[in-house]
Amino acid sequence: MGDEKITEEVDIWVAGTEEPQFSPTDEGSQEIARDESDYRLREQRGSVVDDDYELDDGFGEDDERMILNMGPQHPSTHGVLRLQIELEGEVIRRTKPIIGYLHTGMEKTAEQLTFGQGPTNVTRMDYLAPFHNELAYSLAVERLLGIEVPPRAAVIRVLMTELNRVSSHLVALATNGMDIGALSIMTYGFREREFILDFFEKTTGLRMNHNYIRPGGVAADLAPGWKDDVGHLLTYLPPKIDDYDDMLRHNPIWESRTRGVGVVTAEEAIAYGITGPALRATGVDWDLRKAFPYSGIENYEFDVPTGTHGDTYDRYRVRIEEIHQSLRIVEQALELMPKGDFRVDDRKVTPPPRARIDESMEALIHHFKLFTEGFKVSAGETYVAVESPRGELGCYLVSDGEAKPYRMHVRAPSFNNLQALPIAMADSLMADTIATIASMDPVMGDVDR
Amino acid sequence: MTHPIIDDVVGRFDDVAHEMSHGQDVAHVPRESWLAFATAARDAGFEVCVDVTAVDWLRARPERYQVVAGLLSMEHRTRLRMITTLDREDPVVDSLVPLYPGTNYAEREVYDMFGIVFEGHPDLTRILMPDDWEGFPLRKDFGVGGVPVQFKESHQVS
Amino acid sequence: MAATPPGNLMMTTVDRAARWARTRSMFPATFGLACCAIEMMASGAAHWDLARFGMEVFRASPRQADLMIVAGRVSQKMAPVLRQVYDQMPDPKWVISMGACASSGGMFNNYALVQGVDQVVPVDIYVPGCPPGPQSLMHGILTLHDKIMSGEIDN
Repeated sequence: MGDEKITEEVDIWVAGTEEPQFSPTDEGSQEIARDESDYRLREQRGSVVDDDYELDDGFGEDDERMILNMGPQHPSTHGVLRLQIELEGEVIRRTKPIIGYLHTGMEKTAEQLTFGQGPTNVTRMDYLAPFHNELAYSLAVERLLGIEVPPRAAVIRVLMTELNRVSSHLVALATNGMDIGALSIMTYGFREREFILDFFEKTTGLRMNHNYIRPGGVAADLAPGWKDDVGHLLTYLPPKIDDYDDMLRHNPIWESRTRGVGVVTAEEAIAYGITGPALRATGVDWDLRKAFPYSGIENYEFDVPTGTHGDTYDRYRVRIEEIHQSLRIVEQALELMPKGDFRVDDRKVTPPPRARIDESMEALIHHFKLFTEGFKVSAGETYVAVESPRGELGCYLVSDGEAKPYRMHVRAPSFNNLQALPIAMADSLMADTIATIASMDPVMGDVDR
Repeated sequence: MTHPIIDDVVGRFDDVAHEMSHGQDVAHVPRESWLAFATAARDAGFEVCVDVTAVDWLRARPERYQVVAGLLSMEHRTRLRMITTLDREDPVVDSLVPLYPGTNYAEREVYDMFGIVFEGHPDLTRILMPDDWEGFPLRKDFGVGGVPVQFKESHQVS
Repeated sequence: MAATPPGNLMMTTVDRAARWARTRSMFPATFGLACCAIEMMASGAAHWDLARFGMEVFRASPRQADLMIVAGRVSQKMAPVLRQVYDQMPDPKWVISMGACASSGGMFNNYALVQGVDQVVPVDIYVPGCPPGPQSLMHGILTLHDKIMSGEIDN
């Protein structure tokens, strides 16, 4: 590691272009360097593997092992996941996922926002299932406040979260298919999702990251004509899901790419804290909606699909069956929807209706206080978990009596599910890696928060 | 409401205090008994460790850090939360990775965000922040790190 | 046209032809980071088809792409990667900063995010929204096309 530079920098630009405004860094321009003495550069490029990659003692010169860096910018890694893979030929020996490329400091931000503003922050964590994040947070706040939401709000929450589960599984299916090579599934999955997003936009105002489920209930009532919209979804979606079955289920290419690939056994899954479809595909019948029901979900009839082998094919089947079960719940919610308030009547927690603000001074003051200072929550700590499309999504909330959380931590399902990747990928082929990651369905916003 | 296996596990340790927090079982475990209590809990039926996290109380409490581990028993359908306190000079606690391999990433995150060291962890390095980052972001004496924004002060009430 | 055209008439035409070719087949590089990436994928899907603008093919390799749509929040760890991918793209290249987090740090004004991707790469078009719907993203892309056609942006 000499101090004198024996590098020869050759700046290659297309001839005839003018001077770029931003001078290029060393990292990308064509640099003919004999001595990559910049350690950070080598680490960035993946030619040095730091941390615990100790090569075995029996590692000789003629060993064919190679360390390959995949990501963070990669079309198939579902976001910014970086994998360092030790390959022997085409077979993977060891893997190390490196995360943190999407770390947003949301837990720190949550300490700066009031409890009422919390859902805007939390909803962007698992951005494919935003309602579930909001639900976990709102349930935790409501538990600390000791309030119960009215029945209509509970049913609206179930309706929205189950539709969200359908749209999230559609994205999982679309990206799963696209990564394996079934490109048409990508367009079909997103097409179906658009109809669900239309309904979300009509109700909440946004296609994604709706700030809708708030402590105390929901932000606004369902739009008029919602029964027709949901009814239309219920008649439109099931035949399309059956179309996907026609395309994929007995497709020999799909089966050979997914059967026996990325196997996780039930013992491994439980030891690593994996939850959600990845756990149910191994055969363990565990669903938080049945074990620790929330938001009145025990009043609905639905089954929990499980698999047997814990491979990619079973995870795909579990997700398809869950879509059918969620549509079943949506149908029951459609019939069961009670009349009433969509948020709790306590004026210290939920804002008054807008029309009242013109009439009553108290309403004006409540509105002002709620949106500037926020409501105070008594000191305490609690942990509430919901079943998100990826597994157990929990919110650990600590309050010290102020209007802002003292500490908010979200137990992200994808964070734990990623720990299964090294075991699922061991001794498999490079091409199977893509199928495995896609079927684990990690959402990096959830992982890195 | 408390499941009998929780009473059973807590009863085996006389330095562990059990309380109910908003309907959930919490066991306050002193730092020395952390691993022993977790082992007893796992043998009693808590197969899954859901999460490990921490809270920084800075000056509000005499012991600065709290490490919180959530346990889940699928067989008995019950949860238990273990909380221990660490002081500000020497925030070290035993790692749960030998018992529950799934706490690997969670403990790394607690180290990254708070600087709490887990003894016995196979690879205690930064996980979310860049490797050469200085400071522990979620500590209360680490600022938010925001940039000044026009008009941001105008709606700050508290 | 009987008179001889002046010397620079040919240059202008080639220039316009080049700009026309560039806008009609701009290949985006995949740089989807967070929630905005999902909206970017949705705008490439069937309902909001980007293929009608010649842009459906999202090139994974930056060497084959002209347009980098930074979709999502850029964390401190990701910033050098962003710069490296930008540098690896050959000229002419453009950058669209999609969403509030990419344009200015968004609602996350904290230690973890780069407050605006223009701290790292030069940006041509900012598309606001959280996340911007496919309509907004397409408006941004078409504005970029117009700006290139009119000669305002001349990388």
